[in-house]
Amino acid sequence: MKSAYTWGGIVAIVFASVVGDVLLARAMKQVGDVHALWRRAGLWTVVSRILGNPNFFLGLTAMAVAFFSLLFSLSWGDVSLVAPAAASLTFIGNAFAAKVFLHEKVDRRRWIAATLVAAGVALLAG
Amino acid sequence: MTFRKYLVLAGVTVFAAAGDSMLSHGMKQTGNISLHHLPSVILAVRNPWVAVGILLLLAFFASYMNSLSWADLTYVLPATSLGYVLLALVAKFALHENVSPMRWLGIALISGGVGFVAGGPALTEHEHPHEGKSPSFDSAQDKLPEKDVARSGAPAAEVVSGGVQQ
Repeated sequence: MKSAYTWGGIVAIVFASVVGDVLLARAMKQVGDVHALWRRAGLWTVVSRILGNPNFFLGLTAMAVAFFSLLFSLSWGDVSLVAPAAASLTFIGNAFAAKVFLHEKVDRRRWIAATLVAAGVALLAG
Repeated sequence: MTFRKYLVLAGVTVFAAAGDSMLSHGMKQTGNISLHHLPSVILAVRNPWVAVGILLLLAFFASYMNSLSWADLTYVLPATSLGYVLLALVAKFALHENVSPMRWLGIALISGGVGFVAGGPALTEHEHPHEGKSPSFDSAQDKLPEKDVARSGAPAAEVVSGGVQQ
């Protein structure tokens, strides 16, 4: 039963993290390069553009769900299982989601990188 | 990629690693949280380790948002995964914990992944019809063998120099 709770928590973390990452990445692409924007229009413009973006708040909400799922899961399961499993699966989930929803060019180089990092993170738990 | 951008990626890496480890340490002190006692999650913030961990994660979030404004999600995530390696090295050399061969293999895989993604372009160039720039210019250039670059460059140079002579 504890194991079911733990894996349910891991799935919740991964799903919420991927949704959050994709929405935040989309929001920041809509805002544009903050270095350039800051130089051109000042800090206030950067802050107001970020805070005025609906995707930013949706992403933030998804990240908050992921954060509280992590807190719960850490209290139910072992940190050496929850953290690496969630992080590892999030890398793979993000590669798929970024390709489909953000139209990023996920070429062979990036697939290999995401897979190596996901495998490495999973092994660190061992 | 400028030095400042590498610095932002380093910030994402270090703040995430430090924040996560402090949060983990604090939550272990707080103990189990039950679904029936939800307010205890909020009360966990009173633990100083949890509080500092949250502050560090806020710094991580600011650096992360910054990096996502000029780089792809599939570039930023693997590039900043060195934080896991950092945690393992801190465990080995600062806390004198035993790092098993499997963990060293994990560190090697993550480092390899970071090397792979860092060698490529940071941002996908989406097609802009008015700019006349080909999509994914950087990655296309990456895949072109050196001799092809030289070959494609040579005739252009001849045309230019020929034009000047006339």
